Amino acid sequence: MTAPHRPPRLAAPRPRPGHGLTLRGHLVAFGGIAGREILRFTRQRERFLSALVRPLVWLFIFAAGFRAVLGLSITPPYQTYVLYEVYVTPGLCAMIQLFNGMQSSLSMVYDRETGAMRTLLVSPYPRWFLLGSKLVAGVLVSILQVYAFLLIAWLWGIRPPPLGYLAVLPALFLSGLMLGALGLFVSSAIRQLENFAGVMNFVIFPMFFASTALYPLWRLKESSPLLADIALANPFTHAVELIRFALYRQVEPLALAVVAGAGLVFFGAAVFMYDPSKGLWALRKR
Amino acid sequence: MTAAAPPALEIAGLSHSFGAVRALREVSFTVPRGAFVALLGVNGAGKTTLFSLVTRLYDSTSGTIRVAGFDARRQPGEALARLGVVFQSRALDADLTLTQNLRYHAALHGIGRREAAPRIAEVLTLVSLTDKAHARVATLSGGQQRRAEIARALLHRPELLLLDEATAGLDLRARDEVRRVVRNLIATEGVSALWATHMMEEIAPEDRVVVLHRGEVRLAGRAAELGGSLAQGFLALTEETA
Repeated sequence: MTAPHRPPRLAAPRPRPGHGLTLRGHLVAFGGIAGREILRFTRQRERFLSALVRPLVWLFIFAAGFRAVLGLSITPPYQTYVLYEVYVTPGLCAMIQLFNGMQSSLSMVYDRETGAMRTLLVSPYPRWFLLGSKLVAGVLVSILQVYAFLLIAWLWGIRPPPLGYLAVLPALFLSGLMLGALGLFVSSAIRQLENFAGVMNFVIFPMFFASTALYPLWRLKESSPLLADIALANPFTHAVELIRFALYRQVEPLALAVVAGAGLVFFGAAVFMYDPSKGLWALRKR
Repeated sequence: MTAAAPPALEIAGLSHSFGAVRALREVSFTVPRGAFVALLGVNGAGKTTLFSLVTRLYDSTSGTIRVAGFDARRQPGEALARLGVVFQSRALDADLTLTQNLRYHAALHGIGRREAAPRIAEVLTLVSLTDKAHARVATLSGGQQRRAEIARALLHRPELLLLDEATAGLDLRARDEVRRVVRNLIATEGVSALWATHMMEEIAPEDRVVVLHRGEVRLAGRAAELGGSLAQGFLALTEETA
């Protein structure tokens, strides 16, 4: 006689659920979120390529054309006249991070539409921690992209001081956090993927073009004082300047303060919006 | 003498609105430990809203939710740690393998890779997906994906499984498979389950049933005890909705 079939049992004794809500558990959760982001990034080669191609097109084509048109006087942090390609490189680093932040926002909206987002949000860890982990993971990915771009720029002859490559790391981290937090906030307000074109038109393009990424502030002032004021109020300008100065081993205090402050505000707004009892998230039937 | 363990889920006076639209009104019921409770309701009855409130995707307007004795609002971490959720729509990352998805889920519950490895093997055995461990989720059939979702929900050893229309979109055979897996888990692992469905045929006579309609509990009790009134009542509600 054969024994009746019994379904398999979980082998290990049942631990107390919630045991993972410790500091170590938080670190494991962060590692898992960061690992997934990096894994997804490595699987999306076209995303990596497009993240690189965009600034390279600006560097190789746009900058070559504008070199002849735009004359640049000596402005800090540069101690001598620089080629337009040199001037525009920090702005293109920030551009990579801006697009990466918005790409993360797009992926958040996609995750929300497909349901994958709920897996994250029903984790027992606080929502601010989960969103913060996702944000930091996205920043790590953007930093990888920036360094790949800087390597190609180096081969193209744009060579900041060697120590600048190290000094720029904290600046990239901070600016990535600010732009990623902005993306997170934007994602909480977008209802459908189709609305993402609006983000391009109303967030990415105005932020990029009304900044010092492509032209120095004094140039903007010459042509339009209003545009110069807008650029000065634009947090992206300060991200660009933070990166520019750091690349030349200097700290620009105003840029540092604005980037850190704006990052905190954007992140706070995103956490508010994703809070189940507050913000649009609370009003929305998903 | 020790106090009796609290129910797996205790909902009392729960209400929720989306703006002016009242989605749930004064909903109260419990899921005892080790029980299978079917939450029966037509589409739009408020089942998914109820699940979203229990899982803290929304915050309730009024009422209380306790998971294994933990208040979902005041102790959300402790409450969520005791919940395993199978959502109505796919929640796995289709681009990643099943193991990568499960590792990610384990990390979201603070379970590191070393500890996760044997657990992943165990839950995949439970849902008979061991041979698909390294397959991309996109390549799995609908039934396999639902079982994979159950494996994901079990990974952190929850006390309560919430299954929202877990058999939606599956063929008859896959539906039977998913139901069998969940009932086996209740019998062998002692977990409790709240199974939201709009299909009467998914309910067994020994199951407890809560009938939800337009955000209100209309009927509750054991299916066998409710007998014909359950079938007739649910049919009437279905016709009312149509």
